[in-house]
Amino acid sequence: MTDNRFFNRSELIGILVLAVFLVVVLPLTLDVFRLNLVAKYLTYAFVALGLVICWGYGGILSLGQGVFFGLGGYCMAMFLKLEASSVENTKIQSTPGIPDFMDWNQITALPFFWKPFNSLTFTIAAIILVPGIFALIIGTAMFKRRVGGTYFAIITQAVAAIMTILIVGQQGYTGGINGMTDLRTLKGWDIRPDHAKIVLYFFEVGCLFACIMIAQFIRHSKLGRILVAMREKEDRVRFSGYSVANFKIFAFCIAAVFAAIGGAMFALNVGFMSPSFVGIVPSIEMVIYTAVGGRLSILGAIYGTLLVNFAKTSLSETFPELWLFGLGGLFIAVVLAFPNGLAGIWGDYVQPRIDRLIASRKSKPDGWTDSSVADGAPAE
Amino acid sequence: MFGDYSIGDLGSIFVMQGFAGLILFSVYVLMALGLAIIFGQMGVINMAHGEFMILGAYVTWMTSNLFQSYLPSLFGGYFFLAMILAFVASGALGMLVEWVLIRHLYKRPLDTLLATWGLSLMLQQAYRSVFGAREVGVELPQWMLGSLHVTDSIEVPINGVFVMGLTVLITIAVAYVMFKSRWGRQVRAVVQNRIMAGAVGINTEKVDRYTFGLGCGIAGVAGSAFTMIGSTGPTSGQLYIVDTFLVVVFGGAASLLGTIASAFSISQTQSTLEFFMSGSMAKVLTLLAVVGILMLRPQGLFALKVRK
Repeated sequence: MTDNRFFNRSELIGILVLAVFLVVVLPLTLDVFRLNLVAKYLTYAFVALGLVICWGYGGILSLGQGVFFGLGGYCMAMFLKLEASSVENTKIQSTPGIPDFMDWNQITALPFFWKPFNSLTFTIAAIILVPGIFALIIGTAMFKRRVGGTYFAIITQAVAAIMTILIVGQQGYTGGINGMTDLRTLKGWDIRPDHAKIVLYFFEVGCLFACIMIAQFIRHSKLGRILVAMREKEDRVRFSGYSVANFKIFAFCIAAVFAAIGGAMFALNVGFMSPSFVGIVPSIEMVIYTAVGGRLSILGAIYGTLLVNFAKTSLSETFPELWLFGLGGLFIAVVLAFPNGLAGIWGDYVQPRIDRLIASRKSKPDGWTDSSVADGAPAE
Repeated sequence: MFGDYSIGDLGSIFVMQGFAGLILFSVYVLMALGLAIIFGQMGVINMAHGEFMILGAYVTWMTSNLFQSYLPSLFGGYFFLAMILAFVASGALGMLVEWVLIRHLYKRPLDTLLATWGLSLMLQQAYRSVFGAREVGVELPQWMLGSLHVTDSIEVPINGVFVMGLTVLITIAVAYVMFKSRWGRQVRAVVQNRIMAGAVGINTEKVDRYTFGLGCGIAGVAGSAFTMIGSTGPTSGQLYIVDTFLVVVFGGAASLLGTIASAFSISQTQSTLEFFMSGSMAKVLTLLAVVGILMLRPQGLFALKVRK
């Protein structure tokens, strides 16, 4: 087994298959509109990836990932919105040079927390740091006091509720329920035409693979093993002298930062950001992507996200009534019958057949945290 | 912010807002009671609790329509029958759900959360298909309309008083069942030590099923009471579920008294703040305060000391 710091052989194959699928197959077979849809789905894959680390490995179920997705997305959207609201673009407003929704809400000067977002460097730093620090605060407050499990889930849910109400309520500063729309250019480069969408798609896939590598590195490092140990027997890890709280905080922060990168990609690729991606419902939906893909599988999370979203788009277009039944049924089926999701099915049924087919001499590990589970099941 | 009002005005405002808060309190208590039993006693996170409540509301609505068409002479009393039907319907659905879904997941509390969320989506869609996406409101009987004049500046609506009286009765009934009856003792025994409870001859599976059913049944009654003060739509339940969980967690999950105390403080804070600022900011401040206090005191206001 060729084991290095990032992946073993079967994981390498899995990553290469995913890379070929995302970089070659999809751009060649889909038109720009569909490719942009895939780009939108992949922004959720960042969240799902974070949840694999946080929930699958660390055992911390966060129902507030939408908050971090939203923070990242709003940071990006604020920069783009400021650029779109230059004085000559907004000269019909009573106060030119501020975003249109502020003008509609009788705000006459740019609020102080908007000003730094004129700088792209600051924006990129904020996309990482704002959610990271927010997660650090929540995580420190909760995990240092040994609040975990269901309580943590409920409190993160409350945070998601607070965030949505706040964004919707503070219309003048955030764009309210409509969010920030009409984002146009990034440093003078128009993000709306087709060729820009293709460039953004590849940029996003690149970021996604960077995040996958980070996740793989965490998984194979000592840190990843401690996370798994913590999930299985928290007290023993604590008695062995590790600071359980710090490891949990780290996992939660990583998940938050991944989600925020996804949110920023969403603002770039889709061209708007709204509170409907922040609240409780989207946050739980993001958890189901991870659950469908397999909560222990880094690649599975990405396939799970793509599959659920493809199903959502095609089913809700043709049978809007069936979709909620389908989604609800999916939740129940995944929890009851396939707790390890697609990756579990792949690892239990498909992988052994392939192994037998190529008559590999490789000793096949078993158990549910092993590499065969982590391969992910190629969708479709 | 108090500048524009005289002392007397302020007193009336606080009484009126306090009363609005008491109605909110009643809804919170009724919903949280069921949840306190299911979450506090059994450790199951029932995200579909709001949908059980809405089932009760729809049952009440159907009963009122039925009485209006066939028994108009008895319309004044339909609500009492509707409440019983709501309890039975939600309770029966709850027991079915426990049998099909929940009993496989007692060892995985986080997974019950996902599964019941799925259930809530399906129930919402079912309500939308059966009853339509528009909100429905029941017609109140004559004696529930109007309001009581307490003083010149203070008026209280009769339906609000009725809902509050109902809440008190149901709370007493639940407290009696849980703490005085033989069955309540069995429930608490199973919660404290499942294996020992089984060893002394308690049918733990049956106790689980009836406990879950009781919790859902109370949610149904909550829905029934809810129709008195608001209209019902397929997604109305979802609006209250997070608040209700916060109420239960804030009060200390296993404590009925804590649930009531926290429902009271949360609803009063919210409705008093609502007068001085927008509803959304009042809600944000209330929720923030609750989350903040929970970070300082994670076990909630009234924590029971139970040996685990």
